Amino acid sequence: MAQGAATAMQQGLQSCEVCGLLSHPAPGLEEGRCPRCDEELAYRKPASLQRTWAFLIAAAICYIPANVLPVLTTTTAAGAESDTILQGVVLLWSPTGWPLSLIVLVASIMIPSAKILSLGYLLISVQRGSVRNNGQRLRLYRMVEFIGRWSMVDVFVDTFTAALIQLQPLMSVEPGPGLFFFAAVVVLTMLAVESFDPRLIWDATSSQEVRHGG
Amino acid sequence: MADERTSVPPVPESRAVARRKTPISVVWVIPIIAAVVGGWVAISRIESEGPKIHIVFASAEGLEAGKTKIEYKGVEVGTITTIRLTEDHQRVIAIAQMTPKTEPFLVDDTEFWVVRPRISGANVSGLGTLISGAYIGVEIGASKEPKRDFVALETPPVITGGAPGRFFLLRTPDLGSLDTGTPVFFRRLQVGQVASYLLNKNGQGFEVKIFVRAPYDQYVNPDTRFWQASGIDMQLSANGLSVQTQSLLSILIGGIAFETPATETVLPAAGANTSFDLFDTRAQAFQPASRHPQTYELIFNESVRGLAPGAPVEFRGIPVGEVADVRAQIDVKTAEFTAPVTIHLDPQRLGIKVVDTSAGVNLETMRRKLIDSLISHGVRAQLRTGSLLTGAVYVAFDVFPDSPPATVDWSRKPVRLPTIPGQLEATEASIENVIKKINQMPLQRIGDNLAKSLGDLDLTLVTARGTLSSAQGTLVSAQGTLTNAGNLTGPNSAQLQQLDATLQEVSRAARSVRVLADYLERHPESLIRGKQGGPK
Repeated sequence: MAQGAATAMQQGLQSCEVCGLLSHPAPGLEEGRCPRCDEELAYRKPASLQRTWAFLIAAAICYIPANVLPVLTTTTAAGAESDTILQGVVLLWSPTGWPLSLIVLVASIMIPSAKILSLGYLLISVQRGSVRNNGQRLRLYRMVEFIGRWSMVDVFVDTFTAALIQLQPLMSVEPGPGLFFFAAVVVLTMLAVESFDPRLIWDATSSQEVRHGG
Repeated sequence: MADERTSVPPVPESRAVARRKTPISVVWVIPIIAAVVGGWVAISRIESEGPKIHIVFASAEGLEAGKTKIEYKGVEVGTITTIRLTEDHQRVIAIAQMTPKTEPFLVDDTEFWVVRPRISGANVSGLGTLISGAYIGVEIGASKEPKRDFVALETPPVITGGAPGRFFLLRTPDLGSLDTGTPVFFRRLQVGQVASYLLNKNGQGFEVKIFVRAPYDQYVNPDTRFWQASGIDMQLSANGLSVQTQSLLSILIGGIAFETPATETVLPAAGANTSFDLFDTRAQAFQPASRHPQTYELIFNESVRGLAPGAPVEFRGIPVGEVADVRAQIDVKTAEFTAPVTIHLDPQRLGIKVVDTSAGVNLETMRRKLIDSLISHGVRAQLRTGSLLTGAVYVAFDVFPDSPPATVDWSRKPVRLPTIPGQLEATEASIENVIKKINQMPLQRIGDNLAKSLGDLDLTLVTARGTLSSAQGTLVSAQGTLTNAGNLTGPNSAQLQQLDATLQEVSRAARSVRVLADYLERHPESLIRGKQGGPK
């Protein structure tokens, strides 16, 4: 990415998030609305950092019960058994089943935590006006955004299992409270990614360039 | 900057609109909600933590940390979280996380045990644990003293869950086939089971604790008899073969039965933990209880072979006591052999009712008077053969009016009662007498006489034969005569027909006479005047 390129904001231009129309606000006025699709326009997503922080904190809070509470309650003739995600990983870990165990570990524990940490890093770096590793940070953001939609795999598996395995009274599977929190983590991180404006990453660089260059 | 702007194509102008700006985004509500929900879950989690307890087990076989549950009446009240060895490596400590609000359970006399599948003779229990694995049973104590460190029972208690009913204690010298769980029957209905048994401290018998379920426990009163209903009780008596069993189950694994003798006065139900004797058989249990046995001594001058302790003492066929001891005693001076036999007599069975034990003095004098009177009427003890098959001998009291007079010396301890020689002894003596007499008979002379008489008889018989042949001739002619007589009286004989005609004639004559008599009665004058003309 070309360092120090002039940004649209610096040139008083704004693009519509919906129809992509480039426009400039009326002189002396604020952003206004898109002349084509009447969408509210903004140079940057409004309150992006604040919103991202809010979603991220909510996700971080939910991440704790998601891992502590059982996600799956298996009721067999032998009695009910509740397993948390980590217990499920341990349970699946066997000489033949380790790939599955690894998938659960990566998808359900590592990815959500990686997402939360990555977003936190992006937010802090943007707020501190960091100008380094812009490209790396943007790549990180894209990765987080891409992975987000696959994080629900775990929730899907759980809900499918719970719906399919209902062999009352022999065996039944019920989702536990942890699953709710896990789903909340996934949704909240996706919302956080959505509310984060990646353009903020290079805003600092551009403004620095402008100051230096000016 | 303005130059740069001109270099780009013209872009449309956005529509201006007034926008209110809020310094803080509404989105912060979301983390607040998340925090509240998370906090609430955390608090409810912390609240759902019950007390932690330690249970010491002999072995952790079947127990699994994090899996094994503690259940009361099938409700989970805790989970074993950690299992480790005690410091001396002899036992196992399990740390259990109890569910909340279980604190009232965890008192001094609460008991824990491992429920594993148990298949004993009496019952099959804990089959569910075959699939689910062992769990820990708990019996909630009644104490108020809180406790957190427990020692588990080795074997699960038989009665759990505060089942209504009562425990009773049975004393038995021998456990027989009893075991925990052995059924207790009342009128062949299973009403309880053996809860536990304990060897007496002196090793002289067992104390068996049984549990009788409500409402059947009310049928146990102080007079109730318990007996071992193990197996089959076969009795061959004068009435034939009688087989007594409680149930198929008791044949296989034994059991205890009880019954309360019917009495006029209904006794109050026995209290919990009342002690009873456990009898071997029902017959034994229903023998009138010998509560105040009296010891007596009998001196026999004969063989006491077949007389064993425990042999019955009967008064005219009614059991009144038993033989306690049989000894041999030789008087060195006279070289006389005697057999002192100690017996226990139950005065109750002799008809002396124990109305009140406080009237002991009266009872004693009453007893003496009765026995004195019996002895003066000729009651004596005698050895009799009870069974020809086994040669068992029993002591019988009976009235022998011809027996020499005897008195009872009440100052002796034990009191000695008079005896007379046994039946067998007496029989032997009389048989001996008969044989002696037979020996004295002049058998030779009798034989000679007999031979002579037989010779005479032979002659007589020869004469008799001649007489018989002539008698035969006589009989033949007699037969001819009888045949003739038969012909005369046969249904078609001429004589009979003639007789018939004659009789008809006679009948007609009789009728004429009657007519004449009638006529004469009405016309007596006709005797003089003769018969008048025809009817008017």
